[in-house]
Amino acid sequence: MSAVLGKPESLRDAYGKALVELGEKDPHLVALDADLSGSTRTVLFGQKFPDRFFNVGVMEPTMMSIAAGLALQDRTVYASTFAVFAAGQAYNFVRQSICYNRANVKIVATHGGLLVGADGGTHQIVEDIGLMRGLPGMTVIVPADAPTTRAATFAVADRDGPAYVRLTRESLPTVTDGSFKIGAAAELRSGSDLTIVAVGALVARGLEVAEELAKVGVSTRVLDFASVKPFDAPALLRAARDTGAILVLEEHSVLTGVGALVASTTSENYPVPVRRVGVPDVFGESGDPWALLDRYGMSKERIRDEAWELLRGRGKVQ
Amino acid sequence: MTEEVPDALVQSLESTAREIRREVIRMTYAAQSGHPGGSLSVTDLVTALVFHELKLDPQRVAWPERDRLVLSKGHASPAMYAALALRGFLPREELASFRKLGSRLQGHVDRTKLPCIEASTGCLGQGIGMAVGMALDARLRHASHRVYAILGDGECQAGPTWEALMAGGHYRLSNLVAILDRNGLETDGSTESIMGIEPIADKFRAFRYHTVEIDGHDFRQILGALAEARQTTDGPTAIVARTVKGKGVSFMEGKHQFHGKAPNTAEYEQALRELGAPVGGPA
Repeated sequence: MSAVLGKPESLRDAYGKALVELGEKDPHLVALDADLSGSTRTVLFGQKFPDRFFNVGVMEPTMMSIAAGLALQDRTVYASTFAVFAAGQAYNFVRQSICYNRANVKIVATHGGLLVGADGGTHQIVEDIGLMRGLPGMTVIVPADAPTTRAATFAVADRDGPAYVRLTRESLPTVTDGSFKIGAAAELRSGSDLTIVAVGALVARGLEVAEELAKVGVSTRVLDFASVKPFDAPALLRAARDTGAILVLEEHSVLTGVGALVASTTSENYPVPVRRVGVPDVFGESGDPWALLDRYGMSKERIRDEAWELLRGRGKVQ
Repeated sequence: MTEEVPDALVQSLESTAREIRREVIRMTYAAQSGHPGGSLSVTDLVTALVFHELKLDPQRVAWPERDRLVLSKGHASPAMYAALALRGFLPREELASFRKLGSRLQGHVDRTKLPCIEASTGCLGQGIGMAVGMALDARLRHASHRVYAILGDGECQAGPTWEALMAGGHYRLSNLVAILDRNGLETDGSTESIMGIEPIADKFRAFRYHTVEIDGHDFRQILGALAEARQTTDGPTAIVARTVKGKGVSFMEGKHQFHGKAPNTAEYEQALRELGAPVGGPA
């Protein structure tokens, strides 16, 4: 592990512990799960507050409707399952029961992206950020580490309305100080030649590549865009002006994810070259989680190559 | 099962229901869209709930102790809007805005526009789940209000309807009443020819519902079933209300073609005549 990264910690544990703290503060807060409470870590809330915890079994769509019904009675509600079920299986229930109703439901979805690993392509949803970002009124957060997960779990409680928080199954190295704020990008590294915009698991890889580039004299800004919606467009456009090129890293389909958002935001406001590193238009497969990232176009080598491509385009290097 | 239901109450509810049916015809005619068939079939059930069974106060829309009514078959919105208007929750003139741009009266009921609506519905199989959530909430609060969900029979083909019903039975939500508007028809034809849901009462029983089968156009039976539901303390109640799609308008009765089609001018005039209204009244 690189010197720029902290030790890996479980995002799911950070969520589970934060949820218990929220339950202690708010006696009306309830949580739901769909038979994955051990994996999502809502089990911790369930053990502490059995009366306020509903494990509804394998009925993710209806979990969202039940959550909405509870939330419409002036409650903050957390609902957790794997991302493929929360955003995929239950999509129209999230849309109508939660978002259309403006219900105060916080969906904390674990196991997003390819890092699901051995379970394979059926369970590796790489479309969820696009699906959830497209829903009117939905807040979308993609934490890069445990401290941000903890902060985001609290932050979405304080913000009225629906939210989707996407977590990874794998533990991730700590890269932030946990000072996450909804709507604000976090500058994890300053720089003037190039900006890396990253979310989730790829923030760490972005920092590692930035460190390598520094050794050869390239100054790379790294922005953690954990708050995908609302999106910190001013921070992005500042980066576009200051560095003139943007590389986006996301463990998500490049068709509908943060890369598409960055490209459209810059092209409408301050066009600069943008390149996207993410999952191409394919499903994943079984395998070691980190090997899958490499196999599907998100290796450090690929990130480095894309960075050089942008730098060459700007005439910064030969 | 029988509570004494005075004749005067039955007559009053019947008269109100006729008025609501007239409004359903006026609204769908004025909008030249909407769902008259399923609105007319559910009218007596909605009337019994809104004008007799439910604790409601038009002066206090957000009254915490009110009973909750979720129209899971959200396309029956005309019947719901007309009943709520006649009950004083919105101006009757506003019914003319149904489905028009800028209206609070959306094609399918919308709580964010019209606060006396408990839950926005329309895509089927979701309202019953929201009702389960509301019933769980009431139980957690040790509150005495009750939650009523009106389901369509086409909606009973949707898997999530049964997920939600399963949850209501599992949690033994005695404060929950699922009312099925069993009119037998959906958009394309009869439920039993498309995807049969019978024996539907047995299905509710298997999902742990105290199940009552009634004629959904007989107020004595409707009020009796609702009273029975109130007295049921060990789990949820299901009321299978056998109804007639398009009830009250001869040429709409039993016709799936009027599921989602508005009457033309000749049909509109005949419908109002059959429902006892002078033609040319307020649209």
